[in-house]
Amino acid sequence: MSSVITRPQNEQAFIEEDGYEDHFHDHHHGDKYQSNFVTTYIFSMDHKMIAKQFLITGMFWAVIGAAMSLVFRLQLGFPAGDISWLEPFLGKWITISSSGVGSLSTEFYYAMVTMHGTILVFFVLTAGLSGTFSNLLIPLQVGARDMASPLLNMLSYWFFFLAGAVMFASLFLSTGPFSGGWTAYPPLSALPQASTGSAAGMTLWLVSLTLFVVSVLLGGINYVTTVLNLRTKGMSMWRLPLTIWAFFVTAIIGILSFPVLVSGFLLLMFDRGMGTSFYLSEIFIGGQALDHVGGSPLLYQHLFWFLGHPEVYIIVLPAMGIVSEVLAVNARKPIFGYKAMVYSILAIAFLSFIVWAHHMFMSGVNPFISNFFVIFTLIIAVPSAVKVFNWISTLYRGSIRFNSASLFAIGFVSMFISGGLTGIWLGNSSIDIQLHDTYFVVAHFHIVMGVAAFFGMYAGVYHWFPKMYGRFMNETLGQIHFWGTIISAYAIFWPMHYLGMAGVPRRYYSFANFDFTSQFGAMNAFITVAAFVAFSFQILMIVNFFYSMYKGKKMTTRNPYNATTLEWTTPIEGIHGNWPGKIPSVHRWAYDYGKFGEDAISQYVPVSEAEAEADKELVH
Amino acid sequence: MATATETPTAPDTHSQEATWDGAGKPFRVGYGKLMMWYFLVSDAFTFAGFLIAYGALRFSMPTWPVPDFVFQTLPFGLHEYFPDGSAPLIFVTIMSFVLIVSSVTMVRAVQEGERENKSGVVKWMLLTIIGGAGFLGCQAWEWSNLIGHEHMSLTTNPFGTHTSDGVYTVDEAGIPYAPGAERETFETGESYIIHQHDGEFLQRTFQTTDLPGVEQKQEFGPKAFGALFFFITGFHGFHVFSGLVILLIIALNSASGQYVARKNGYEMVEKVGLYWHFVDLVWVFVFLVFYLI
Repeated sequence: MSSVITRPQNEQAFIEEDGYEDHFHDHHHGDKYQSNFVTTYIFSMDHKMIAKQFLITGMFWAVIGAAMSLVFRLQLGFPAGDISWLEPFLGKWITISSSGVGSLSTEFYYAMVTMHGTILVFFVLTAGLSGTFSNLLIPLQVGARDMASPLLNMLSYWFFFLAGAVMFASLFLSTGPFSGGWTAYPPLSALPQASTGSAAGMTLWLVSLTLFVVSVLLGGINYVTTVLNLRTKGMSMWRLPLTIWAFFVTAIIGILSFPVLVSGFLLLMFDRGMGTSFYLSEIFIGGQALDHVGGSPLLYQHLFWFLGHPEVYIIVLPAMGIVSEVLAVNARKPIFGYKAMVYSILAIAFLSFIVWAHHMFMSGVNPFISNFFVIFTLIIAVPSAVKVFNWISTLYRGSIRFNSASLFAIGFVSMFISGGLTGIWLGNSSIDIQLHDTYFVVAHFHIVMGVAAFFGMYAGVYHWFPKMYGRFMNETLGQIHFWGTIISAYAIFWPMHYLGMAGVPRRYYSFANFDFTSQFGAMNAFITVAAFVAFSFQILMIVNFFYSMYKGKKMTTRNPYNATTLEWTTPIEGIHGNWPGKIPSVHRWAYDYGKFGEDAISQYVPVSEAEAEADKELVH
Repeated sequence: MATATETPTAPDTHSQEATWDGAGKPFRVGYGKLMMWYFLVSDAFTFAGFLIAYGALRFSMPTWPVPDFVFQTLPFGLHEYFPDGSAPLIFVTIMSFVLIVSSVTMVRAVQEGERENKSGVVKWMLLTIIGGAGFLGCQAWEWSNLIGHEHMSLTTNPFGTHTSDGVYTVDEAGIPYAPGAERETFETGESYIIHQHDGEFLQRTFQTTDLPGVEQKQEFGPKAFGALFFFITGFHGFHVFSGLVILLIIALNSASGQYVARKNGYEMVEKVGLYWHFVDLVWVFVFLVFYLI
């Protein structure tokens, strides 16, 4: 049977003929972007290098954030255990009892919990995930030379770096880093005298996160502009890969929600430093009435969660985009329901802005207002379910390649279902009376936006590692990493649901004093062991990452996965400007897998008359 | 699989529905202008956050200072020449007018830019800068009057409101009225300001008709008023200030002829113009919440 698909014989020659001439002049011996070590590796304005900077900085923070969780998990799992061996690292934050048993100081426990949340949410799963892949993939997949503004893109990374440096410095303060929870609710965050961590630690926390918002805005404005304005010829919005749709909408959410966090932070800074009472009213510290009256701590919570809730979609949407792309490539099938996927991304983004108060059901908001937020929260289940069914339908009867990337993508779907279902429980304000601030919540959000987003990130790293470094990651280590991670992640968070249903509160330092909490001693020990196991598998991944960067199997062809998207038409070595000559023109959508018996048809391949005829027949 | 020996040139059936087929930028604007728009959207959300905070705090208070009472003075004591010796909202009207006019001159600068008229651009931008600086100068006077003369601060709000009818028992200087002297009376909802005497606030004492015989003293107004006023107008003033700096830079660049040779001409002028109009628009909302309602 002769195929209706007409394929150009020589990809390069065809792109030179058919491609889009943008009068790009490449300087082979270095231009102003990449002329020396500093402009190539440090203050780089090339989106591919900036993506790597985001990724490796994110990995650094992931290790620190995860290590912190191990420290406080040790205290929770083995409260009577001796951790004086940590004294060389943690110094005075280990308190030695009279019998010589070392345990974590209570202030530092809270500081660790706070830092773990802040670091993972902002530095790892926002900057490390969306920063990495938006930068790497947007110009490559829409067919652009680089971001709209390479300079602002570089600044975006360096503001992130600066934010990290300030936060890192706060870890070494004598009063410790901020310890009032990653949400930084006043009054703990507004009164420097409220706790040790509320002093200089909180000041640095605020400075760091304000710098971080600057980074997110610089990046986001760039991503949106690039997607809208720098697409190559023929790349209409409906031909964009779902990765790009996800990054695009993520950036829009960031542009609309992070500024409100800045509003909240600036008012908080005034309460801390200038004596105002925006968030403070009738407070006693040490029996002393403070002068602050008239403010409202609920106001901060509203401003915070107006970012805080969209933030979880800022984290999970890029993972969803990556998973859609990785699943389609590795199932050798078009993504099921492409338009439904796009519309559900848009629906999730819209709904994410009108559900924030579901974090505040127990904070004293009016129960009648809660009704409104319950309804919209539950409606989010609809577009989320559309996406889940579409991923499963994409896999259904596919010729699935079970490699590390696709395993993590499938693992993402599993995690998203497990964590999403508990979200339906938690979205009900009446059930929150029991579950609010318990380990049930901890289990829910760690699975649905923590582990799931990590799985999406891993899928992306394994899949696009060759695009970044011209080599493949070790497949065996990758699959060990996957199975180890999915089993240990469920082992950590599944039991937490039971703790939560029994009412065990989160953020507590000790569970010894009440029967309903102390009965879970063995379960807590089990969770801690599982956390250590999970961590060791992540170390394996990092070893694999850096080993493969230098010793991995070399990429020999431009399109090793036989994928359709444009990044696989660029040279293996990744040059500045992405394509040596013209930019390929786009003639079809991103998911022509298995069409008319062809395994995959790249987006630059034109639609022949015969194929157009056959298309018409398919429709009729 | 059959592959063509020559390059396929078949029609692209999908291109009819394509919004972007290489003929021009999808939005027919440069990326820089798009980025300015997105930045302004994000900045609008920051201001919206502040104004919502304002609304939330204001409407949780039993009373709130009346703008006509708070903003009734003019520089050089000019308000004395008005009926009752007060000029409510006159000063802020003038400064708002100056700012709005600076938006008009900005429009002219952009128009001259489109006509590629360098001297016109520079002239109208300088007028815009003068207007912006005039607004900032007005704001500086208003702040200094409120802080230095009326002693409002981030933590203290001397503008109070009576919640019932009554009569003062001491005069403005804090001295008890002589028996038989005519005492100052007040009605529900009437505003007052607590003045300072020798660096100390003097809260006048009074008696109300619903609690006769009980000595009460003037209470300070809601702290949030002063804090929000200085915070939000300060944040806006900072935007005006940074706008002036950027305007100055772009005006100098225009004067140097830097934009003459560029293919996008005076687009930088248009971009800073967008920012300037945005700052003016924000002022309309700030003006609305602090001065009108």
